[in-house]
Amino acid sequence: MAEDILARIQKIVAERLDVDEAAVKPEASFKEDLDADSLDVVELVMELEDEFDIEISDEDAEKIVTVGDVIDYIKSHQ
Amino acid sequence: MNLSLEGRTYVIMGVANKRSIAWGIAQALDKAGARLIFTYARERSGANIKKLAETLENKNSLFYQCDVSSDEDIEKTFSAIKEEAGVIHGLAHCIAFAKTEELGGEFLDTTRDGFLLAHNISSYSLTAVSKAARPLMSEGGSIITLTYLGGERVVRNYNIMGAAKASLEASVRYLANDLGKDGIRVNAISAGPIKTVSAKGISDFNSVIKMIEEKSPLRRSVDQEEVGNTALFLMSDLSKGITGENIHVDSGFHIISI
Repeated sequence: MAEDILARIQKIVAERLDVDEAAVKPEASFKEDLDADSLDVVELVMELEDEFDIEISDEDAEKIVTVGDVIDYIKSHQ
Repeated sequence: MNLSLEGRTYVIMGVANKRSIAWGIAQALDKAGARLIFTYARERSGANIKKLAETLENKNSLFYQCDVSSDEDIEKTFSAIKEEAGVIHGLAHCIAFAKTEELGGEFLDTTRDGFLLAHNISSYSLTAVSKAARPLMSEGGSIITLTYLGGERVVRNYNIMGAAKASLEASVRYLANDLGKDGIRVNAISAGPIKTVSAKGISDFNSVIKMIEEKSPLRRSVDQEEVGNTALFLMSDLSKGITGENIHVDSGFHIISI
């Protein structure tokens, strides 16, 4: 299940930020490692909400720094 | 007289992605037969738009990167458009920006920088691009911009964007008066909240949508297609007698008080 979540996130993030899927590792920081700006992060949150059919609150979205944070969030909210 | 825009060219500024209201406008104008010219601020938006534009019926779109905070960029963009397309018949201004941290908490905490930034990008840009577009609208035309209820009333967390939208709405009236003698109309669409990147930047946005679904006369929120269709009406000859107006496409929410 976790594998599957990572793969789905990798696909979305790689497409949105124009990076290799391999670079979308759990420890990668969106802003520092994947070169995302604040608008990119908002777009990503919206895509993830659609993909996983969840609602990420503003407070929770602010806490998301790395790809791993997203995986943890989705695992605990699905 | 009909809704066809065959043989006409329209500039659409501010498509960020498929959720953008500007993209809803683009789709409506495309279905009516218009040729579209897109301008975008960020490289990544440019890549998005080019991909999206492949789904349009009319395959002759043009694309320009244009930073509306730069007069030089605006001039360069519109002279390139003049070169490539000649005459244009309308322009959709769908551009706004404010610091995320100023779209929550108290309006009182707005900084001078944040105030000027929001007004520069979200309001002054309409006047700047209208001036640049005027010589290209030699057959008359229609300019539209997007605003929100927060420019007329207090909407929690909208803060600095409310002040910028009030300025934008006043600009619409003055521009309508200046450009009317050239047969150019200027109107605003005040759209109800729609889940876009801009809207998500506002604190607690999800609860605003819920309130619209409960309290608006139509008991639902609006979507990009509905705003797009109103834009099509404003761009077409069916609205020839309308200028300086602010049309609310918001399920009627603006009439509701208690």
